[in-house]
Amino acid sequence: MPAAKTFKVIGHRTINAVWRIGMAARFFFLTLMYSGSSFRRFHLTVKELFSTGVMSLIIIIVAGLFVGMVLGLQGYETLKRYGSESALGSMVALSLVRELGPVVAALLFASRAGSAMTAEIGLMKATEQISAMEMMAVNPIARIVAPRFWAGVISMPLLAAMFSAVGVFGGYLVGVVQIGVDEGSFWSQMQAAVDFRDDILNGVMKSFVFGTAVTVIALFEGYDAPPTAEGVSGATTRTVVTSSLVILMLDFVLTAIMFRGN
Amino acid sequence: MGGLECTVLIFWVSILSLSALVEIRDLNFAYDRRPVLEGINMNFPKGKLIAIMGLSGCGKTTLLRHIGGALRPTKGYVKVDGQVIHELDQDGLYRMRRKMGMLFQFGALFTDMTVFDNVAFQMREHTDLPEEIIHDLVLMKLHAVGLRSTYNLMPSELSGGMARRVALARTVALDPMLIMYDEPFAGLDPISLTVVGDLIRRLNDALGATSIVVTHDVQESLKIVDYVYFMANGVIVAEGTPEEIRASDRDFVHQFVHGEMDGPVPFHYPGGDYRQDLNL
Amino acid sequence: MERTTLDLWVGIFVVGGIAALVMLAMKVGNLGTYNVSETYQVNAYFSNIGGLKPKASIKSAGVLVGRVTEITLDTERYEAKVVMSLDKRYQFPKDTFANILTSGLLGEQYIGLMPGGDSEMLKNGEQIKKTQSAVVLEDLIGKFIYNKTEEPVK
Repeated sequence: MPAAKTFKVIGHRTINAVWRIGMAARFFFLTLMYSGSSFRRFHLTVKELFSTGVMSLIIIIVAGLFVGMVLGLQGYETLKRYGSESALGSMVALSLVRELGPVVAALLFASRAGSAMTAEIGLMKATEQISAMEMMAVNPIARIVAPRFWAGVISMPLLAAMFSAVGVFGGYLVGVVQIGVDEGSFWSQMQAAVDFRDDILNGVMKSFVFGTAVTVIALFEGYDAPPTAEGVSGATTRTVVTSSLVILMLDFVLTAIMFRGN
Repeated sequence: MGGLECTVLIFWVSILSLSALVEIRDLNFAYDRRPVLEGINMNFPKGKLIAIMGLSGCGKTTLLRHIGGALRPTKGYVKVDGQVIHELDQDGLYRMRRKMGMLFQFGALFTDMTVFDNVAFQMREHTDLPEEIIHDLVLMKLHAVGLRSTYNLMPSELSGGMARRVALARTVALDPMLIMYDEPFAGLDPISLTVVGDLIRRLNDALGATSIVVTHDVQESLKIVDYVYFMANGVIVAEGTPEEIRASDRDFVHQFVHGEMDGPVPFHYPGGDYRQDLNL
Repeated sequence: MERTTLDLWVGIFVVGGIAALVMLAMKVGNLGTYNVSETYQVNAYFSNIGGLKPKASIKSAGVLVGRVTEITLDTERYEAKVVMSLDKRYQFPKDTFANILTSGLLGEQYIGLMPGGDSEMLKNGEQIKKTQSAVVLEDLIGKFIYNKTEEPVK
């Protein structure tokens, strides 16, 4: 019976997916529960801030600059048709602060820092480092997972803010310095259009949520990876794919909640 | 022999049997209803170095994981230092594990830390010792395994044998009362093999610890251990001192000790008729 | 890596991130120009506000002088009541004229203030009496077509 087989496959997949979501949620709560030492011994978190935050700086800054410059070019081309080139500043800033900053920074973060986290923890598991830690009566969630989690949650909004700031500068470079849009109206239109609470704080909130989601996915995939070479590489791929999808879905939900009616 | 001396002797005998650090009684464990361990009974007296031998996949590592409290038995119990392991809660288990040391198959050194930080790991996690004392202790432990001057290297810069010795130093960092070795000889060259074997014996005696070595390296372990348990398919098939094992005329033990190709353990994986499979 | 170098880099990273946030808030956003404590509120009634929204700008002679804070429908008059908060630095005469304008053909709508000649100034909570509603494009087009059909056939 091919039909019965199809249903069986669908059922199996669904049960599996739900089971994994449950495991991930449990993992997330355990991480929160054992987060004490990440703050009591903050140097553990600082070490991870270096490998997640500082190491992602270059890609974030370069990508932000180019995205901003492209926005400047494309925005100018479009706005010119309606004779409103002076709105370039507000267009660049709003796109970056509301959407592109948090989303693109999170996507880059997922592929730069998230995949590294998964691979590192997966390998730790494959080489029995996590079992060794457990046998030494040290809780691996408190010692390995939680500091990485908090490092991700702290660095994501900072990276997104840098992405947006550099992007605005890129838009300024192309729009004002190269094309010659009036500098005064570029900045004043921008300031008139961008609201601190509605746009900037909401953007920060978004990147905070994305940071949480990406690090939880990356850490869970690593912790859950089969202890083999294929297992770890598969988990790394899944981290990037799942977190990218989750970022985009969460972005829709958050945008619908935050910017509805304005 | 007078009555008094007799009483003293009985007293000491009972102390000896009581002083088994690890006691395993009727241990059963099934994984997905597939039995892995069946009715295991073992005694590990204090101060002894005991080997558990057997083929790969016979349940040796599973047994170690029961002693470490990583698995729950389906029946029976493991008692360490008078406490039943699977009845301990998380805190109790962690307290118990501080008194244990375990050397994993390939050392399992933390790859993101230097040799020094690896050995210092448990001291920093579990004690409030000042950094100067930790420094001295770590160097003493590293000196004991002959690798004092590697303290600032990363594990990736060590050879396999050196990494195993560093892991050994880390295992005994807190002077455990029970040391477990999971395949300590796997993948070592003959020189490192002898060095590690010798270290296992000397550390056991120097620390007054009890050691359990899980291995399939017969020749090396027979040289150093006090007692041997042989396992096959989840049950104990033979036990005795190294001399008894060497002299054993039981088929399985003989095949194992002398590394013969065919015997009770067949060369061919059990299956159908060869001719039939070839469509003859 | 040495602990101090690590701390240094992480410090630079965190300070850089916060600096980017402050820059976004002050230079890109309106936190630098917007100060709640230094505003006063006035209100005005319009028969039609068109597409005016809360936070729309209020300009006089093209200069941003305040923002729309609230828009409600007054059910006694069936007119839109618009509350505006204006910058304390700018005082307007009592007979100021409030006009809903559009920036460009399709741009955002804002309120333009045309000062009158009164010597008394508007105070907090007072009302602007003279207003002109938004020009609704559909009405304009409708009027145009209606006028065309009204024209006698020659």
